[in-house]
Amino acid sequence: MTTSELVHAPPVALTLGDAISDAFVIARRHLIRYQRDPQTLVFLFVQPIMFILLFSYVFGGSIDIPGMDYTSFLVPGIIAQTVTFNNVGTSIAIAEDLQKGIMDRFRSLPMSGFSVIAGRVLTDLLVTTVTVVFMTAVGYLVGFRITTGFVPALAGLGLLVIFGFSFSWIAAFIGIKVNSVEVAQSAGFVWLFPLNFISSVFVVPATMPSALKAFADVNPITLTVDALRGLTVGGPVADPLVGALIWAAVISVVFGFLVVRAWDGLID
Amino acid sequence: MDTAVEVEGLFKSYGPTEALRGVDLSVGKGTVFGLLGPNGAGKTTIVRILSTLLRPDAGRATVAGHDLATAPHAVRASIGMTGQFAASDEHLTGRENLQMIGRLSRMPADQARIRAVELLEEFDLVEASDRPLRTYSGGMKRRLDLAASMVGKPAVLFLDEPTTGLDPRSRLQTWEVVRHLVASGTTILLTTQYLEEADELADVVAVIDNGRIIAEGTPSELKQQVGGARIEVNVGHPEQTATAVEVLTRVCSQEAWGDFETGTVHVPAEDPALLAKAVRALDEANVDVVDLSLRRPSLDDVFLALTGHIVTDAAPAREHAG
Repeated sequence: MTTSELVHAPPVALTLGDAISDAFVIARRHLIRYQRDPQTLVFLFVQPIMFILLFSYVFGGSIDIPGMDYTSFLVPGIIAQTVTFNNVGTSIAIAEDLQKGIMDRFRSLPMSGFSVIAGRVLTDLLVTTVTVVFMTAVGYLVGFRITTGFVPALAGLGLLVIFGFSFSWIAAFIGIKVNSVEVAQSAGFVWLFPLNFISSVFVVPATMPSALKAFADVNPITLTVDALRGLTVGGPVADPLVGALIWAAVISVVFGFLVVRAWDGLID
Repeated sequence: MDTAVEVEGLFKSYGPTEALRGVDLSVGKGTVFGLLGPNGAGKTTIVRILSTLLRPDAGRATVAGHDLATAPHAVRASIGMTGQFAASDEHLTGRENLQMIGRLSRMPADQARIRAVELLEEFDLVEASDRPLRTYSGGMKRRLDLAASMVGKPAVLFLDEPTTGLDPRSRLQTWEVVRHLVASGTTILLTTQYLEEADELADVVAVIDNGRIIAEGTPSELKQQVGGARIEVNVGHPEQTATAVEVLTRVCSQEAWGDFETGTVHVPAEDPALLAKAVRALDEANVDVVDLSLRRPSLDDVFLALTGHIVTDAAPAREHAG
């Protein structure tokens, strides 16, 4: 038997540096999974293409957006929607880890528990970035054009990453709370449909019945998509952007807190 | 004796179900402690509590000298744990899994790399090092799980049913690994439903049933609780059972008892020489013997005697007379 001579004796408390290092180790693990599990590629690439093609060609002819062609209106919306949908992968991955024994292993290691979740959220940042760039390219194929310039477009990407980050915590919370992959799959999606449809992703909220319009007007997805439209194809930016960033901050803090509580609750 | 694990008055309920109802146990340093009991007896609950995964409702425990309630991080730094379910990432290779656990056990990257290689060699997984786990066989996955629980060179190792669901060959391999780990000084607490396994591996066995330890001792101490060896005879024709009972009672000077439906007869027989005498006497009485053995009590008998119900999947230890 060969054994390294160094006797391994970890310190008794974790530092912030340890927690950050753990989060990156976990993020790396999830990225390797994305690379090796072909199913995840469907989420990442096939579904977004389908959405853009279907919505722009099927609905494009019948939906009239004042002052703009439907494709220019739709693509920013679909990109934001896809970012929310991709986060379902986080619910599923966390639920799967809990269902299998690997989360027990992590929890019995001298590592930061918070980093198990934070690592996955870090992964989502990259997934979101890749998704947004890819979908923008697909958008270009169906006639979408960024008319504002490189810097505003880059700000749009930044906004989407922040937006995706906040939704990632919601997805993580769902993943911890449900007790199976199957439930994570449906629970992860089910609330996203009304949230995306009662927003400015596909239509202008002004055309909705007043109750739905009231909801759509304050919906974080509406504010994010409106700001994104302003940053990519032109229009007002400041108001929706402020609203979107406030939402992202509130969601991140609230669900970050809920995630910590749910994680600590695993011991009971 | 130095203790590696000390448990006092552990209680745990899941809603109305009382999983643990006052468990005390003490595991000596460098020994293998076997927790034996049927499904639902509370074995997994104990392991989960001791590996900081679950909070007990009452009671206290120290692991490697660290209090579970006040120093969980120090406990985690001293233990390894392998649960009943695969606890490694299917999409990662064996090497990647072990390196990840090493990094998360606070090793620098290069040390984690070295440790992964050591363990892959030790657990006979070198050839499979760079294949994703989903291509591994069940036995290989279990070995990798065991290896993963050894990454931080833990002082105390918890193994929850390490061989459940394994084929006989993989089970023997796992036993080898456990013996090897003990030889290197690790303290092991393992749970099992297999009496044979506790008998093979454990220095001390605690029998658990319905959330309570109902007996504790070395395997041989436990066996003594149900009495010594006995001769067991199967007669070919059940109508000869009465004759066999009469013959064996006379030869062994102990009261024999028989099952008249199956034609099985038992008699206490401490002296192995009685076996030969019994064979001759049965032959002279023209009893047709199908099977005859000197049966030493197995942990199965212990369990039956202690709890009034049997453990499934038990392999009784037998010494055949030929």
